[in-house]
Amino acid sequence: MTPQAVSKPIHYRYFINMGPQHPSTHGVLRLVVGLYGEYVLSLEPVIGYGHRMQELMAERRPWPAFLPNTARMDYACGLPHQHCYLLAIEKMLGIAVAQRGEYLRVITTEINRIVSHLLWLGANLLDLGAFTPILYCFDDRENFLDILEDVTGSRLTHCWYRAGGVLNDVPADFADRLRAVIKRMYGRFEIYKNLVTDNIIFQKRTKDIGIITPDLARRYGATGPVLRGSGIAYDIRKSMPYSIYPQLDFDIPVGEQGDCFDRYIVHIEEMRQSLRIIEQCIDRLPEGEVRTKLPKKMTLPPGDCTFSVEGARGEVTYYLVGDGSDVPYRLKVRAPCFSNLSLLPELCEDMLLADMIATMGSLDLVIPEVDR
Amino acid sequence: MKKYFSDLVTGAKSLVAGFIVTFKALLSPVVTVQYPREKLPVGKGYRGHPILILEDDTGRPKCIACGSCMRLCPSQCITVQGEKKEGDKRKYPTVFQVDFTRCSLCGTCSEVCPVAALEYSDVYGLAGFTREEFQYDLLADLPGLVETGFKPVSAD
Repeated sequence: MTPQAVSKPIHYRYFINMGPQHPSTHGVLRLVVGLYGEYVLSLEPVIGYGHRMQELMAERRPWPAFLPNTARMDYACGLPHQHCYLLAIEKMLGIAVAQRGEYLRVITTEINRIVSHLLWLGANLLDLGAFTPILYCFDDRENFLDILEDVTGSRLTHCWYRAGGVLNDVPADFADRLRAVIKRMYGRFEIYKNLVTDNIIFQKRTKDIGIITPDLARRYGATGPVLRGSGIAYDIRKSMPYSIYPQLDFDIPVGEQGDCFDRYIVHIEEMRQSLRIIEQCIDRLPEGEVRTKLPKKMTLPPGDCTFSVEGARGEVTYYLVGDGSDVPYRLKVRAPCFSNLSLLPELCEDMLLADMIATMGSLDLVIPEVDR
Repeated sequence: MKKYFSDLVTGAKSLVAGFIVTFKALLSPVVTVQYPREKLPVGKGYRGHPILILEDDTGRPKCIACGSCMRLCPSQCITVQGEKKEGDKRKYPTVFQVDFTRCSLCGTCSEVCPVAALEYSDVYGLAGFTREEFQYDLLADLPGLVETGFKPVSAD
């Protein structure tokens, strides 16, 4: 779909500012779009509207006091961020994690992943002009959020993990409630298939649109469903196993050609795999302490440490440097959305404006995570 | 040409399948809670703004004014001062203020409290017109549900 516009002189181009307050940029992202008619000639993302100096904040306070901030980076899926931060800390300090606590961490992380994917599913379809599916997504999402709320105390900005485990034990009816919700969720995939996947309008809007080749994805360092949609089975949970993931049985879904439809399929399949992981974890959930006893004040030893986990959007990496005090000398966060966003300008050249929206939606961007 | 019409038929079928889903939802029970008119109970672990817990026998705050919460608060929104008056066995707080505009409801304060004197309230939906309304004096408004200055939006 190369328009004739490309051969036109450059002064035919006009610019519009999409954002920072635009419903389909999902946050304060501004796109400076150069258009010829309805064709996108150039696109430049302008980021930084939500910059809160999260990394600097970490360098100004004791490391336990940074825990609430981790959930504020990726508001849709905060627990993997917190998991990653604590795994880095625990690796640095040599803390053994209580087994039950680690299982609970994985369960809640996977619930959070499903919650995030459901939010993406609804919002992405909303971008494409389908209003109905978001109501079904939020219905399912609400069931999972109710469980998370009872456990962690909040619905979005969870702060429940602590060094050595989790803050408190789960309610007694946790496993039964979760099993009921999982059972319901398995039945809901049929609804999504009829309502969305098979829908001819959705297919026409997403198939062969926004094709990310494996080469393009690799060059920009894309991770998560964006990379897996292009057919590369790269998932930190399998390729650099951490926590208890090596003991669990799950698959890495991949797409075929890397268009928006493939990324949609990958998201749906990932939800199914997360449900499988949660089921296995509930069955094997060990008894005992949820948190190991630790001394009150723990200082970070001199040296550095890096840790990666698989967030809902891709590889989350925390790089931590200690200098002997309990305040980190440096904290660097690698957020997947930044890399995923950076491939958008090259991807969207010569594309229709409406297809650009569909493509951007399929990247699953969370702007506060890009800005930090 | 044949493909065009077969596409047309499969496309129409897919749309009908979608309509069946929505039609079934029309007949299924309503799951939406009509929020201001009906409310769900607040979750067990819900974190509202901090409140001070009182001693059962004396009715005075359990707080020993050690200042752990003040030091460890990530948003630095707590101010505690205390003194030991004549005849008291221990320190009692004289000032306990929470700047709710900065509080991120993380729960660090009640977690670090050595005598479990801080708890979360289950008040939600707080709104106001000035910043001053959210400077909570937890001592003046014991047991913590602040009546002065503002009312929760949900309180009608």
